[in-house]
Amino acid sequence: MKEPTPQEIRDEKIWQSLGLTEAEYEQICKTLGRLPNYTEVGMYSVLWSEHCAYKHTRPLFKLFPTTGERIIQGPGENAGVVDIGDGWAVVFKIESHNHPSAIEPYQGAATGVGGMLRDIFTMGARPIAALNSLRFGELDDERVRYLFKGVIAGIAGYGNPVGVPTVGGEIYFDRGYTGNPLVNVMAVGLVRHELITRASASGVGNPVMVVGAPTGRDGIAGASFASGELTDDSEAKSPTVQAGDPFVEKLLIEACLEAIEAGAVVGIQDMGAAGLTSSSCEMASRAGSGIEIDVSLVPQREPGMTPFEIMLSESQERMLIVPRKEAVERVKAIFAKYGLPAVVVGKVTDDGMIRVYNGPNLAAEVPAKSLSTDGAPTYVRQAKRPAYLDQTQAFDLSTIPEQTDYTTDLLNLLDSPTIASKQWVYRQFDYLAQMNTVVAPGDADAAVLRIKGTKKGIAVTVDGNGRMVYLDPYQGSLGVVAEAARNLVCTGAEPIGLTDGLNFGNPEKPEVYWQLQQSIQGLADAARELAIPVTGGNASLYNESSGQPIYPTPIVGMVGLIEDIDLRMTSSFKDTDDVIALLGWPGSELGGSEWLKLKVGEPQGKPPVINLGREKALQKACLAAIRRRLIKSAHDISEGGLAVCIAESCIQGNLGAEVQLPWPGRIDGLLFGESAGRIIVSVDPTKWEELSELAASYGVPLVRLGRVTANKVVFTCAQDQQVVSTTVASLKKAWEQALPKRLG
Amino acid sequence: MFKAEIKVTLKPGVLDPQAKAIADSLSVQGFSEVDAVRVGKYIEVILEADTAEAAASRVAEMGRRLLANPVTENFSFTLTPLEGEA
Amino acid sequence: MKVAILVFPGTGGEQDCHYVLTEVFGLEAELVWHTETDLRRFDALILPGGASYGDYLRPGALAKFSPVMGSVIKAADSGTPILGIGNGFQILLEAGLLPGAMLVNESLLFYCGPQKVEVVKDRTPFTRGIAPGTLLDLPIAHGAGNYFIDEAGLAHLEANEQIVFRYAGSNPNGSVGAIAGVCNAAGNVVGLMPHPERAVEALLGSEDGQQIFKALINYWEAKK
Repeated sequence: MKEPTPQEIRDEKIWQSLGLTEAEYEQICKTLGRLPNYTEVGMYSVLWSEHCAYKHTRPLFKLFPTTGERIIQGPGENAGVVDIGDGWAVVFKIESHNHPSAIEPYQGAATGVGGMLRDIFTMGARPIAALNSLRFGELDDERVRYLFKGVIAGIAGYGNPVGVPTVGGEIYFDRGYTGNPLVNVMAVGLVRHELITRASASGVGNPVMVVGAPTGRDGIAGASFASGELTDDSEAKSPTVQAGDPFVEKLLIEACLEAIEAGAVVGIQDMGAAGLTSSSCEMASRAGSGIEIDVSLVPQREPGMTPFEIMLSESQERMLIVPRKEAVERVKAIFAKYGLPAVVVGKVTDDGMIRVYNGPNLAAEVPAKSLSTDGAPTYVRQAKRPAYLDQTQAFDLSTIPEQTDYTTDLLNLLDSPTIASKQWVYRQFDYLAQMNTVVAPGDADAAVLRIKGTKKGIAVTVDGNGRMVYLDPYQGSLGVVAEAARNLVCTGAEPIGLTDGLNFGNPEKPEVYWQLQQSIQGLADAARELAIPVTGGNASLYNESSGQPIYPTPIVGMVGLIEDIDLRMTSSFKDTDDVIALLGWPGSELGGSEWLKLKVGEPQGKPPVINLGREKALQKACLAAIRRRLIKSAHDISEGGLAVCIAESCIQGNLGAEVQLPWPGRIDGLLFGESAGRIIVSVDPTKWEELSELAASYGVPLVRLGRVTANKVVFTCAQDQQVVSTTVASLKKAWEQALPKRLG
Repeated sequence: MFKAEIKVTLKPGVLDPQAKAIADSLSVQGFSEVDAVRVGKYIEVILEADTAEAAASRVAEMGRRLLANPVTENFSFTLTPLEGEA
Repeated sequence: MKVAILVFPGTGGEQDCHYVLTEVFGLEAELVWHTETDLRRFDALILPGGASYGDYLRPGALAKFSPVMGSVIKAADSGTPILGIGNGFQILLEAGLLPGAMLVNESLLFYCGPQKVEVVKDRTPFTRGIAPGTLLDLPIAHGAGNYFIDEAGLAHLEANEQIVFRYAGSNPNGSVGAIAGVCNAAGNVVGLMPHPERAVEALLGSEDGQQIFKALINYWEAKK
């Protein structure tokens, strides 16, 4: 196998096929003071990729608020760490696996889960929950059904056997994602403060170990081997899709946590994207140290691998560990117990260089800092407001005739896959593993887990309405953060930290860059105003198909704390004759709503305006009402509006509702508008006055809408006209059958 | 050296929902001629043995003890001598 | 009473079982790695759920060759109460300690959710004192819980009263006779797909699983 020489790389512009720009190649030559060899160019090309280096998003990340009393670890590590008291901390992060899932949905999603879990236990935390945020085209498309089923099977096929419950998530179906599905996975871990471990290679002379699965050619065949003259070795044409092994992951979790608990580990890092290259360089640059490794010592799955291949392989279920010098044998013994290789491949040095040897031969020698995220170039692009906004924002609602009866619309909304019950999905996930799931999928706006040995619980959610962001990236993104926080609050949890998954198109397009800028500004402003620090996140750009970018889709994963698990809340109505009320400000904005999608297909209008001051007051009032046991259910109004919100509370409680809309205006807007800052609560009539006083004390309107009944669901408008009349059984049927009937 | 190509199939009479799903799907795709589908596992084992008889006896043992579950599965295999080290 | 909770590579439910036995019932329990070969110091064994050996080949098929299994067989022969839950049940089937075999769910999909389970037989250490016909709310979570045994085998099971649990209401996985759990001829080895350990706290939705562990405690008290 013959690699190109440094001169050939320059003359034949081989750096181009590896994804580097001319300016980037020149920067590498300048940094090294010579022409880089093939392995070195390969290392830079992967670490300076958008995926690893956040070249476009890093300058914008500075907008995020990242500090707070509870923050133990903000952005810059494998995952954020937030204190929840009693010596415990929660570790969490969201990450995308969009491209691999579009090619091979099962393995793409499975390895997404695996990678995300490794980022959690590399911090010393036991993963206790996983969530996913998924976007697909419409289910009438056969390819979409294939992708959807494959992704769900992949999440189940990996998450279930590793014993981490998948407790929540959200799924949107929209043509905007047909060619480019989104698969974002969030994982949450729990760790004692004293066991928090970082990905830092400190202690000159400390050994560097590769542990876990042997290294193969996974994930490196793509860009680099596209230029066929490199080799005629057919072995090199291995599949580019990485395959996951949940069995090895499970063993790796146990072995790593055991090694960390034994006090043997100085630093540890997952070998995710860009494998050994990223893990070694990130660990060294964080510590300000250097690392020297001999790739010939790395356990290999395939014969004849080159330093280039070993450094760039994305084989799954591997970790880089820097143990204490005297603890090498201990680490080896722990991994041997689990049947996993653990091999010393090098050592920590003090000169800031990453030196790669292949036996006696020096294969690469580059400054760690220059390779790392901090050393990679950043780009600020030209931004331009997209022209489509003129058209969508000019949308005129009066073009849609008003109706006298909206029962069919309500049933159709419940039957739309985005709103419908996701039972078909979460039934495939072992959401009960580890015995902490107090509020299961489908029971509330967020999942709730208890923290064993304490009175506490945490609530977790993922949210991101891409259609709203498409219609106004700034307002839409404010809405994403506000909704995630509202969802947590509706379970009785106080939001304590968020992680962002940014899914956008090609940032080199001025319109996409504008969306990105506006969206991050919106996320940041909302996070700051609601006092929820950002602890890290992930950016996935270039999500396009046939030149069409996806809807800009920032997804927020958020964690909330419940001090007393007995004071948790679900969204189902509980008893007949309870008062149904709106907590929050009435609204009827239909822009970007599911109902409008039902009527006109394409996203139209302006998304709801977010008033962060009101949002804050509403959330405080709702939390106080839950803590004082004044309400029996709380459900955030989101997709499908007030009518769908009440319908869901009816379905979950198997009860009816009699609702009178006290406001003037278009009935469709009142029923299905998606104005933010609204929560539907149910209240024991004897608590009504106390609740009214509480709401008033927070300056939040509380509007009585009706009462919980046995089985009929009736909405009347201000003119006493019945606008919806059905039964909970009919609603339930539409809502529960929507996915199964489309998936066969 | 021998290569054993082992097929593990569900016993007749054991419901095979996977096969049924595949058969249904094929029929939806227009393969109306499909009469029946069986789904099984294919396992390749490379083993050292002095003679084909010895190899066959070992592979049969593997099948009985591990590769197939006698309650629900049948297994069969073919042996091929490999060039080289044998 | 001292209970061993066996841990195979890939087992996931050991911490759940340990938590339930020690924290909820105050029993003495020990996690025992699959390389252990002497289980004589234990009064009962639990093979918990999860995915031993990644469920590769067939769930439970590879675990039956773990070193610990020799002493599990000995314990079974000497009348020690042994409970296999989920994957633990699958291991006991593959090891031949219980009759029958598991197939993938009829739906071909993993299934997690609440389930009504009927206790059919009370003469085992894990159902002692639970009146036959009692319905328990026990969650299930498995991809291969479709219990199979041929007609003759089924007739034999019924004649010998070896069916311990049946699914009530809907059959979630296609099991023959809606069988959710069986025991060996002597009755001391019991396997079931539902997860009693996940149903011992009202906080998590059901306390019905307590009855299974209380039965074991009663059995032990009576035996003393």
